[in-house]
Order: sequence, then structure tokens, then C-alpha cells
Amino acid sequence: MSLLAVSNLTKRYRRGGKSITAVDDVSFHVDPGETLALAGPSGSGKSTIARLVLRLIEPDAGRIEFEGSDFLALSGATLRARRARLQMVFQDPLAAFNPRATVAHVLDDPLRIHDIASRAERPRRIAALLERVGLTADLAPRAIHEISGGQRQRVAIARAIATKPSLIVLDEAVSALDVSVRREILDLLLDLQHQEKIAYLLISHDLGVIRSVAHRIVLLDAGRIAESGNTRAVIDAPQSAIGKALLAAAPRLNRTAQDPT
Amino acid sequence: MSPLRRFLRTPEAVAGAILLAALIAMALSASLLFPGDPQAIAGPPLLPPFQDWSLPLGTDRLGRDVLAELFHGARTSLAVGLAAAAAALVVGAVVGTLAGFAGGLVDEVLMRITDAFQTVPSFLLALAFVSVVGPSLGIVVIAIALGTWTGPARIARAEVLSIRERDYVAGARVIGMHPLAIAFREVLPNALPPVLAMSSVIVAAAILTEAALSFLGLGDPNRVTWGGMIAEGRTVLRTAPFLSIVPGIALVLTVLGVYLAGEGIVETTAVRRGLS
Ligand SMILES: Nc1ncnc2c1ncn2[C@@H]1O[C@H](COP(=O)(O)OP(=O)(O)O)[C@@H](O)[C@H]1O
Ligand SMILES: [Mg+2]
Repeated sequence: MSLLAVSNLTKRYRRGGKSITAVDDVSFHVDPGETLALAGPSGSGKSTIARLVLRLIEPDAGRIEFEGSDFLALSGATLRARRARLQMVFQDPLAAFNPRATVAHVLDDPLRIHDIASRAERPRRIAALLERVGLTADLAPRAIHEISGGQRQRVAIARAIATKPSLIVLDEAVSALDVSVRREILDLLLDLQHQEKIAYLLISHDLGVIRSVAHRIVLLDAGRIAESGNTRAVIDAPQSAIGKALLAAAPRLNRTAQDPT
Repeated sequence: MSPLRRFLRTPEAVAGAILLAALIAMALSASLLFPGDPQAIAGPPLLPPFQDWSLPLGTDRLGRDVLAELFHGARTSLAVGLAAAAAALVVGAVVGTLAGFAGGLVDEVLMRITDAFQTVPSFLLALAFVSVVGPSLGIVVIAIALGTWTGPARIARAEVLSIRERDYVAGARVIGMHPLAIAFREVLPNALPPVLAMSSVIVAAAILTEAALSFLGLGDPNRVTWGGMIAEGRTVLRTAPFLSIVPGIALVLTVLGVYLAGEGIVETTAVRRGLS
């Protein structure tokens, strides 16, 4: 059974009197331990889908089933408790944390809220989380704004795995990082997936990133699904106009696609 | 340059700080320097200032020591001003945060209440409240806060409306934090700086309102207040003008000191925030 099954999801916004359909009748599923990529040009509705799946906004129509139950039916304390299983990493790791927070504070919150560790035990758990994402425990007392962008994104991942989720939504989570750091973070994500069987909903406009980590891909265009399938199959021979356009915009991939050596 | 250094290089700010320090020193030393009841008779009535050095500022219509009254009045002014401003800031910040963060019906209701309070001039509101409930220090504080919390509430709400769209608020929801915890632990502290920037104006206004209430005889009757002293002196304004002038000058200098020092703090810290 799918871990996450989204069916006929629709979200409209009204802006200046007229209505925009940001997400239009979208259906897809994510299996346990798998990475599904959501790709598409800017404004195609990727972040809106992420926010819908995380119940940060409510859809106008559609169903979201998570871990076998109706996720849209949850509310209040039940929803907050279930959130432990469904986490998110944002694009800008600086914006994703309270500007006043320290690393320890950021990691303490999920452990406290979901009663994962007692107060006395939490500092040890925080140190273990930091080490799990390739950081050292002495980073704990530092302020979020003092550490580097790559370290910050590792802290964001540590926060996301603190509650042992089955699915993490990564909304352009590596887009803001420079190339070498990006590779390290992707390796960390792959390692976590292998060790903990975490599934990812990977949102990206970068086909290179998608090809290196995603099993399947869904291509979005103006809120609708243009094409979907096995990552390599879709990227190597896109059928939709938007797939061809995205491939043409990725020069390095374009060359390897044309030149099989 | 550190904010303190920059503060010390701003002459208005330093002047304000000195005035404020003098006021605080007066308030704190009042019962040391003038341990008795400041409302007790200390000498012949209407003694002019600088005549008798045991009564440097002379005496009022009943023979009370004007300098002692001035020191004890500083205490009332400062206590009421700070307490009323603190109450207004706390209530305003809480109401504004709830309205801005909850949105929808809660926002609608809270902002209608804020509108209602704002349409009544704050001094009339204070006047009506004290007239109905009766004058005492606590009531005067509440009366002044009643008319001043709306400004901080509006500013807090505007700030919260922009903060609640930030990713870190979404992040707090994703980790399952309770909405009230998000509002008060994550959002409110970051919405505070512009609200606190209003505090000098609010404290200054509160001190003036307290003086005005006392002037109209609606201050706490058991305490010496500068407003009360001015009102007292008014009856003998022609023969002994100093009785009104002395507390009047104290009031003007206090309000000026609070305002200048407060603005100085805001300026120097705002520049620092802009740089970081
Ligand atoms: N809060 C909002 N109000 C109005 N329109 C929005 C809002 N959020 C997103 N949109 C619109 O919905 C569409 C999809 O946006 P988004 O999901 O952010 O796209 P992507 O993440 O793929 O770049 C865009 O046209 C965007 O302008
Ligand atoms: Mg986006």
C-alpha cells in the first residue's frame, strides 16, 4: 500500500477578483522508502502541493491519504500528533528557523512536543541527532544565524528526522546551496533513506538533482500533471512539451543525453 | 561602534538620560530625604522659595514643604507612568498578536473592540473610568492603560501579519507545535521591537494623563502628585505663582527626559539592527 496517496487535489487562489487554479486535479502516490520528484517550472504549483500535503493550507477538492488513513480528516491535537510522521525541509534554511533560536532550541522543540525524550535525556538526543547529520555536538549552543548555510540545512534535516517520520517533503531543499555542499546534503539524504527507510517527496526544478536521487518523477505544468514515470525514462526521453523545455534548460544533462559517451 | 557609545554621542539622548536619572533619583530618595508625611505642615503657609534653607522651595497654602512634595510626587508620576505604559504594552501586544495570528472571526472581533476603544478620546475614557470606579493608584493606572493599549495592539497586529507568513512559522506547525505556543513563543517576541519602540511616547503620555487627572482632582487623594500640586497652586496663582510653576517645570522636564532618552535608545538600537 502507498505511504501517501493524493487524489484529484485542487487548490484555487483568488487574486484581484479572478481565480487562479494553482493545483488542478493532481493525483500521485509515494511508496514507503521511495523518492518521488515533483518537477516543473516556477509557478507550476509545486510548493502549493507541498503545503497541501503538510496541511499548512487546505485544498478546495481532493483526498490525501497518509499511512492508510484520511489525512484531511484529522484536526487539532490528533493532527499535531500525526505530524511527527510527516516532516518538511524548506528551501531557505535561514528563513525556516526562528531568528532568535539556537541549534539546541530548534532540535529540542520536536523532542519535547512529541514527548520523545525526557528533559534530562534531550541534550544527549540532540547531540546524537547532530552527529547523525554529520555535525558535531558542540554546535548545539550556537545561534542559527551564526552557522553556515550547509550546516543550517543539516540542522533542518536533523529537526525533520527527530520525530522518526516516514515521509519528508523537501521543497527545493538543496537549491540554495552551492554545488559541493549540495552533493554532500544529497548524499546525507540518500544515506538516511537507506538506513531509516524514509520516503521523500522531492520538489526541485533541477533535473540533475532529481536524476541523482529520485526513483519516479511527476512533471507539473500550470498546476496539472504533464507527464510522470520512471525518473530516467522521463528525463532521457520526455514526451511532454514542458519536459522537453526543462531538459533543454539543463545544459549539462542535455549534453549527456545527446552524447551517450 | 557599540549602541552605548552611539547613545552617549547623541546630545539629546544624553540630556534625556540625565533628566530621567534625576527623576529616578528623586523618586528613590524621596522617603530617605523626606521621611515624614509630605502632606504634613512643615512651616508657615506660603513661604516663598530660597528664604528658609530648611524649606528651600518654600511652603504651600497650608504650610507643606514644596520640595518634599516634589520628591514624593516624582515617585507617583514615575510609578503610574511606568505601570500604565507596561499594562498598555502587554495588553496591546497580546491582543494584537492574537488578532493577527488567529485571523478570521477572532481578528474581526478583537479589531472591532480596538476600534471602539480608539474612537473614544483616551483622556475622556480615563476620566470616565476614574469618575465611576473612584480614584486610587491602581484605578488610575488601569484608566490610563485603557486608552493607550490600542496603539501597541495595531502595531503588534501589523507586524504579526507579516511574520506569520514566514517559513519558520510553517516550520513550527510542521513539527506539531500548538498554535498558542507558536503565537506567543515564536511570533510575539519577533513582533516586539516596533511595539517597544513606542514605549517612550506611551510613558510620557501616561505621566501627562496622570497629572491631568490629578489636576482635576481625580488622582489618588492619599498621595502627593504634581498635577494635584499645580491645581492647589492655581488658587493662589497671582500671589504665589511658584506653587504652580515648580511642579509644572518638573512635569515638563520629566516628559521631555523620558521622550528624549527613549528616542535615543530606539535610534541607536535601530541603527544597529539595520547594520546586522
Ligand atoms: N498564497 C497565494 N495567494 C495567491 N496565489 C498564490 C499563493 N500561493 C501560490 N500562488 C500562486 O499559485 C501558483 C503556484 O505557485 P507555487 O506553488 O508557489 O509554484 P512553484 O512552487 O511551482 O513555483 C502561482 O501562480 C502562484 O502565484
Ligand atoms: Mg516553490
